[in-house]
Amino acid sequence: MVRAVIPILYLASFALVTSLEPWFQSWQGNRAQSADLLAVLLGDARRAFANHFFIKADAYFHSGYYPSIFDNRTAFQTPHMAADADAKEDKNTGDEDDFLGPPRDWIDAFGRRFKPATHTHLDQGGPQTHAHGDGKPHTHGPAPKEIELGGGADVREILPWLRASAALDPQMVEIYTTTAYWLRQRLGKVTEAEAFLRDGLRANPDSHEILFELGRIADEHRKDPTRARNLWELALAKWQKFERPKQEPDTFSLLQIASHLALLAERESRWGECLHYLELWKAASPKPEEIQKRITEVRQKIPAANHAKPQALNPKP
Amino acid sequence: MTAILAIAQLVLLELLRRKDVYVLFVLTGLITLVAGAANIFEDARVVRYVKEICLTLIWVSGFVLAVTTAARQLPAERESRTLFTLLAKPVSRWQFLAGKFLGCWLACGTALLVFYLFFGLVAVSRERSVDLAGWFQAASLHWFMLAVPIALALGGSLVWAAASSNATLTLVGCFGVWLLGRHLHKVALGLPEPANTLLTLLYFAIPHLEIFDVRDLIIHRWPPVPWTIWLGALFYAATYAGLTLAVTWQLFRRRPLH
Repeated sequence: MVRAVIPILYLASFALVTSLEPWFQSWQGNRAQSADLLAVLLGDARRAFANHFFIKADAYFHSGYYPSIFDNRTAFQTPHMAADADAKEDKNTGDEDDFLGPPRDWIDAFGRRFKPATHTHLDQGGPQTHAHGDGKPHTHGPAPKEIELGGGADVREILPWLRASAALDPQMVEIYTTTAYWLRQRLGKVTEAEAFLRDGLRANPDSHEILFELGRIADEHRKDPTRARNLWELALAKWQKFERPKQEPDTFSLLQIASHLALLAERESRWGECLHYLELWKAASPKPEEIQKRITEVRQKIPAANHAKPQALNPKP
Repeated sequence: MTAILAIAQLVLLELLRRKDVYVLFVLTGLITLVAGAANIFEDARVVRYVKEICLTLIWVSGFVLAVTTAARQLPAERESRTLFTLLAKPVSRWQFLAGKFLGCWLACGTALLVFYLFFGLVAVSRERSVDLAGWFQAASLHWFMLAVPIALALGGSLVWAAASSNATLTLVGCFGVWLLGRHLHKVALGLPEPANTLLTLLYFAIPHLEIFDVRDLIIHRWPPVPWTIWLGALFYAATYAGLTLAVTWQLFRRRPLH
């Protein structure tokens, strides 16, 4: 009896293998297909690690002064390095200088003396300057021109964690846009920024955020407005295709793309295009009345521009 | 005092003979150097992540070294029966215990000195600046902090029979306090009674090893802590280790040797 069962079991398992093997090879969750060692080792856990490293980069941006999961994180919902890079919409509220609150006991009070206790940003000098420790109001946004490429080069210290984060989760688009901003804007590494964005675009071919950032490089660093316009128009097309159908579309990105396209069109005196993008900008803007003022200004410019056109062209007699 | 120093010297020599410290040092060095060799956007001046990796490995190695060295002292002496020979001589139990503690603590100090020298070399090679005060504070705080796990592991070897279980439990406790100790009171405040009171009591009872962790200050080049505060931390570690040793001595005094 046993002698008969063993060959039957062998045959059954062989039949099962011939059925399962082709399915396994074509299965999307098959880690054996992946050439990426991290993907094979960590599986989906790498996304959690990627997010951890992204937050770690923001902790470095604050030189270690950063809330833990047990602290009040309302002022740190959006990583400041990403908000400052315009890679994510700033959703922070609350007091970022006092997330710890008053000390709860003597051990807490004593222990705080051994940890960073001042809110600083690396791009503004970090612990060496105590930029936020002087009681001046602190705002996030594009950095003043005078410190670009000069002070705050210590911001390079966030890069290893961003790179590790991208290696772990190539689909996390904000890593590419944040890294590219700091690379090109503060460290003067435009080529590296562009190459990193290209890597991101290969992993996320439909990302309007990456296309927008590539457009900024073309416009601000390569001084190639045609290329910038093409990239931003493609970004807008991607946004309309993938974001518009969503219940809560990313209007922050639309605002960025439309505003840059409008300003570029205005710079190139393409008034029709300019008005079109201004309307888009207005629709996405939290302050539409300000954009409406701009639309009115542009409408006033159009007749004058049309009148001035033959002179500007300097036609031959 | 001579007896204490003689026992301490034996422990120190034992550590040098064993491979643990060399393995930990080689691992720390290797991982740090590999991490440091990574190409970060063609920028050779990126250094803080290397400092963090190196210091974290030093902290982990410090705990492992301190606890494993201390946890095997009494069981090893008992197994080899040298404990009876030692205590038959004019060596009291508290001298024996003090000698073992001092030996483990000095051994850890020697190992830490080598580890921190390596850290200094790595930092200087990339950063081109020296923060002697910060590094001295970090190393000294670390060394004094290790007195507490050593005392706990010595005490644990009287409670748990096997050195391995003692070492494992002490290590788990130390890592738990290091990573979560500072947050216990915050968590306790959000809990209902009696969990609130119990967790608060635990918070005040545990040794706050995390206080001594000034890695963030030296990684990100913050100014050193005020020297009076530094001295206060050393006093805290010495007091806690002293109290733990006193309890251990009381246990050891009442315990039959067989």
